[in-house]
Amino acid sequence: MEETRRFPMKLDLKKGKVEMVHGSGGRAMAQLIEEIFVKHFRNPLLDQGNDQAMFNVDAGRMVMSCDGHVISPLFFPGGDIGSLSVHGTVNDVAMSGAKALYLSASFIIEEGYPMSDLNRIVESMAAAAKKAGVMVVTGDTKVVERGKGDGVFISTTGVGVVPEGVHISGDKAQVGDVILVSGTMGDHGVAIMSSREGLEFETEILSDSAALNGLITEMVEAVPEIHCLRDPTRGGLATTLNEIALQSNVGMQLIEDDVPVHEDVKAACELLGLDPMYVANEGKLICICAPEHAETLLSIMQSHEYGKKAAIVGKVVEDEHGFVQMETTFGGSRIVDWLAGEQLPRIC
Amino acid sequence: MKYVDEFRDGKLARKLSKAIAAEADENRTYNLMEFCGGHTHAIFRYGVQDLMPDNVKFVHGPGCPVCVLPIGRIDNAIALVEDNDTILCTYGDMMRVPASGRKSLLKAKAAGADVRMVYSTQDALKLAREFPDKEVIFFAIGFETTTPPTAVAIKQAQKEGLKNFTVFCNHVLTPAAIQHILQSPEVREMGAVSIDGFFGPSHVSSVIGTEPYEFFAEEFQRPVVIAGFEPLDVMQSALMLIRQLNEGRSEVENEYTRVVTREGNLKAQALVAEVFELRREFEWRGLGMVPYSALSIKDEFAEFDAEVRFSVPKIVAYDVKGCECPSILRGVKKPTDCKLFGTVCTPENPMGSCMVSSEGACAAYWSYGRFRQPDTKAIKIEKEAA
Repeated sequence: MEETRRFPMKLDLKKGKVEMVHGSGGRAMAQLIEEIFVKHFRNPLLDQGNDQAMFNVDAGRMVMSCDGHVISPLFFPGGDIGSLSVHGTVNDVAMSGAKALYLSASFIIEEGYPMSDLNRIVESMAAAAKKAGVMVVTGDTKVVERGKGDGVFISTTGVGVVPEGVHISGDKAQVGDVILVSGTMGDHGVAIMSSREGLEFETEILSDSAALNGLITEMVEAVPEIHCLRDPTRGGLATTLNEIALQSNVGMQLIEDDVPVHEDVKAACELLGLDPMYVANEGKLICICAPEHAETLLSIMQSHEYGKKAAIVGKVVEDEHGFVQMETTFGGSRIVDWLAGEQLPRIC
Repeated sequence: MKYVDEFRDGKLARKLSKAIAAEADENRTYNLMEFCGGHTHAIFRYGVQDLMPDNVKFVHGPGCPVCVLPIGRIDNAIALVEDNDTILCTYGDMMRVPASGRKSLLKAKAAGADVRMVYSTQDALKLAREFPDKEVIFFAIGFETTTPPTAVAIKQAQKEGLKNFTVFCNHVLTPAAIQHILQSPEVREMGAVSIDGFFGPSHVSSVIGTEPYEFFAEEFQRPVVIAGFEPLDVMQSALMLIRQLNEGRSEVENEYTRVVTREGNLKAQALVAEVFELRREFEWRGLGMVPYSALSIKDEFAEFDAEVRFSVPKIVAYDVKGCECPSILRGVKKPTDCKLFGTVCTPENPMGSCMVSSEGACAAYWSYGRFRQPDTKAIKIEKEAA
């Protein structure tokens, strides 16, 4: 970015619309960046004003993760695309046990999008980053013609540093391990569905969208030997456990009664013919650890803001097929397979 | 969840399981066909088979609305939207059902056709109001349960004077199909399939009542128990069927009394009779041509009939080679008897209709049972020991 300069007319954040010129690289784009992005994201690295952010790195292992966000609607009960784009990437970085540090943010905005909404999104994104203790240090803005996008798409990339002695990975689940979840399943998916056009229904369910890096830091400090951490986003608990089972070459056994699901989510799923096991979460994690660590981790989760409803839901077993099985509330058993097809598109 | 959890109670299930084991005669088998996909789904979702003695077997029937639609009708639907620059709307599962030439409505959509998923006929009407310059076609499928809402939509369109709304009607009738299965040579003469009794449909029966089943219970000497869709309903109904068989009775009994009456929903029946009439015959996937088994739109409402407004030729199409959907829909074969099952045919890439809907037998087998893992009972045994 060039040295900051004042623009004679301020952006109209009430009635203004994003125009093609705001992505052209000229003065209009500089003003958009200045008056919306830099204003909210302000930090020393961004203020360097270069096309890249430059920072020192500690010795050790770094992690990097990227995530594109195309959710519809952009504002939903319990969050919006801005906060979600921070939470999603921070969580992906943190699930390695790493301390999340920096984010990049790339915006693809549709011509005609209201400035006021864009401002709200960036404001919410900045607040989410602040709460998660990460900085947005570099970014990009593109504008596409009307009809070629759907409001705003945001891609974020995050980097973080893994503490010494932590080796968390999806291929480390071992037979005998215990499976924990940090709270109720399916809240995000149901909150999105309840606000979709053509499907609106009344529910008090809010998306669980949240950054879990703080919770993970506490967990990793207490038990550096955690085997796996993963956030059950698209495809829900069922699909995520299947991924880990495949990676670790083990089977899993769940107890349906022990999986926490909000009553309203159960009811909504019943109505829509969905299974909460497959509905997306954006602020929950699955933790797999040795049995002797399960109680410690459970109590850390339960005393944290984002883990109050944490529970032990099953265990890792030997199974050459890599099946995830579940004892149903009813007393029978069934395979919990990968999600097939699409439960609902564009939920994150 | 109130009024739902009560019908999924594990303790009651174990009690019923014991009662069934005690009453089932170990010197015979009980082959019980659940006609409806809803029952198939419940049986797999809750692991009901695990709670049954080995000689009580579920035979999965053809009652999955997307499964029984012949490929030719899906080809028709694709042609309707591709050739006429229309908006075609339908229920979600229908989008993925394979048509001829490896096409499907979903693939037609990806290629640019305006295919939309709706949750109700009201959504379809809304689209017609929203796009007055476009022809909006509702691809109507389903048994007697989904027929009244289609009738309502047609009447509403007439009242509002909507000129751009039509229905591609594929509504089918349950009793005709059950009778056809019982008359099939595999059941009657060859004895290849033995079906001892039927779980009658739940939602369908809420509309048509229990009376229509009386004829074939009597004629074919097979007991019918109208069963709710919850797992305890299925178990209770199994017990009622076993009792009838043990006592040599072939009656229509109603387990689902909280919803179903003998005469059914008269208002809905009147609506359907006002808008629709019987087709002389209709093709069912798996069953072939079944006489008087489907509905078409009456002449008075012809302006809302897509088959009148557009050209809908009769298309004879064939299932993918090796696909056993037809035999599976008749209860003659199990999904695992099909060579394609789980190899080239999976829910991600369905070759036949039974692998598409969650109510289809193949999809249920694959998603909840896979190839019936030998060690699932391990959880229970271990837990009981603990």
